[in-house]
Amino acid sequence: MLVRPKPGILDPQGEAVGSALGHLGFAVKDARVGKVIDLDVEAADATEAKAKVEKMCEELLANPLIESYEVEIAQQS
Amino acid sequence: MRWRLPSSPRIGVITYPGSQDDRDALWALAALDGEAVAVWHEEPELPDLDAVVLPGGFSYGDHLRCGAIAGFSPATAAVREFADAGGLVLGICNGFQILCEAGLLPGALLRNESLRFVCRDVPLTVERDDLPFTARCTAGRRIVLPVKHGDGRYLPPPDLDPEQVVLRYVDNPNGSTGDIAAVCNWAGNVMGLMPHPEHAVDPLLGSDDGALLLASLVDAARERVLAAI
Repeated sequence: MLVRPKPGILDPQGEAVGSALGHLGFAVKDARVGKVIDLDVEAADATEAKAKVEKMCEELLANPLIESYEVEIAQQS
Repeated sequence: MRWRLPSSPRIGVITYPGSQDDRDALWALAALDGEAVAVWHEEPELPDLDAVVLPGGFSYGDHLRCGAIAGFSPATAAVREFADAGGLVLGICNGFQILCEAGLLPGALLRNESLRFVCRDVPLTVERDDLPFTARCTAGRRIVLPVKHGDGRYLPPPDLDPEQVVLRYVDNPNGSTGDIAAVCNWAGNVMGLMPHPEHAVDPLLGSDDGALLLASLVDAARERVLAAI
């Protein structure tokens, strides 16, 4: 899952990264820093896995006031 | 049944793995005539207490988000019950972050705008002097307390009532919205602040303004003991 600072929330870490890229000569309009959390979850199918992880996001992994999240499912046997 | 003297209210200080200021909080509360009680974070029930302090530090290594994991610890669940029943709860620094993450206080605390850890004495304006935590203060007056944090930028929810703001920074050290340094819940029995009153209870420590807040808490806890007799 991906956790991002919500739009409009000041992200000084992203600003520092954007500014460092600028110093290296890369033209970057905006940079925002989030995080990736990889979870290994047992579920019958992708829908069930996604529902489980979304519940985890809402209860702990993301703070809805400041962060948005996206869940991506990679199937494993 | 309580058989002890009500002059010394019992104030619990929760120690989480990674708490650092629990001992200072215990010491300061005892110095201000409270009976300070150490409470381990795995306790599912609080002992008989008249108030609770969540101390500063880096509970659970600040992993995921500051205070996020401590928000689910057994003692925090007991603190939630205590607060829901009207109990007095004060969160200092990491304790403030825990109360926000646990939903006992509104808002969130984010990385300082400067990305730097700040550690210095800061002047603050008292906004409310009608709370159990601020009764010894005077609204509009300044007090000086130390801050020491990397994640102290307070972001209020859109619907925060300005009446919930208890302290504001005179010279904002972390980028907090509205210079907010302390907030309380609607009922006024739960408060969180980033500055450290427990490090400022003796002039030898640079300021004793922290005693205004902590002695207010001891007073309020004592009043509750007397009222229950």
